[in-house]
Amino acid sequence: MTTAIINVSLKAGVLDSQGKAVHHALDSLHFKGVDDVRVGKQIVLKLSTDDKTVAMAEVEKMCEEILANTVIEDYKIELI
Amino acid sequence: MKVTILQFPGTNCEYDTEHAFKELGAKTQIVWHKEESLPSDTDLLVVAGGFSYGDYLRSGAIARFSPVMKAVTKYANEGGKVLGICNGFQVLTEAGLLPGALKRNENLHFISKHHTLKVENSDNIFLEKLDNGDIVNIPIAHHDGNYFIDEEGLKELHDNNQILLTYSDETGAVKNPNGSVESIAGVCNKAKNVFGLMPHPERAMESILGSDDGVKMLQGFMKS
Repeated sequence: MTTAIINVSLKAGVLDSQGKAVHHALDSLHFKGVDDVRVGKQIVLKLSTDDKTVAMAEVEKMCEEILANTVIEDYKIELI
Repeated sequence: MKVTILQFPGTNCEYDTEHAFKELGAKTQIVWHKEESLPSDTDLLVVAGGFSYGDYLRSGAIARFSPVMKAVTKYANEGGKVLGICNGFQVLTEAGLLPGALKRNENLHFISKHHTLKVENSDNIFLEKLDNGDIVNIPIAHHDGNYFIDEEGLKELHDNNQILLTYSDETGAVKNPNGSVESIAGVCNKAKNVFGLMPHPERAMESILGSDDGVKMLQGFMKS
């Protein structure tokens, strides 16, 4: 079995309003030294295959087709 | 004139849309998303507003894989007229039938109110009853209406007159409620047979309910 952890976030250069709001909240709670905040989402898949190459190819396809909207989002895949 | 209206789990504007087109004299049919074909006499296909699949993952992201969407893509690619309103616009961008994407509103609020819009390009069937620069008053009701497109895509929209409407004040000056690139409220594809907008013209059909400016918009489709 392989676990795929996918992090989807807005591309650099695409304004992240949620990140900005969280940054503002951290500021008002007096957490200093935060230069930037980006909010994304994590999707965790349990895959039946043990073959990491097969898993990576399959998950990349899933990301391109549905899990991320590549017009505005980037994704990072980690396999365990 | 036959208007086919799509219904996904979570669609909630299909009956308003049906009512609006019936008022204009069209025949209508609501089609469930599990169907694999569209009625053969369809003159206009409307992807109605709502919250298909609860907006899970991203607005419109799951609906775009519903069985009926293959038929919709085929219909659009063959030149059939398609109109996506609100969630329908989101579904059409997710399906790649319209350029760009809809992000969460910049202020993170769900916005539900009447808004004035400026007609940017009326050289298409949807807005042909209006003139460039006309102002219409149409309700908006969305959480993810912040239109995004990259610079290259934006240039294409300008070059091909694909920007239909922008959010404005009553004088036509830019007034942007949700952070959309260039205050864009609606676009069409290059071939000008697929249209999408976040505002709800089907909710602006009678002046007693705030505005009847939607009539002039939807009438553009009423040819046969």
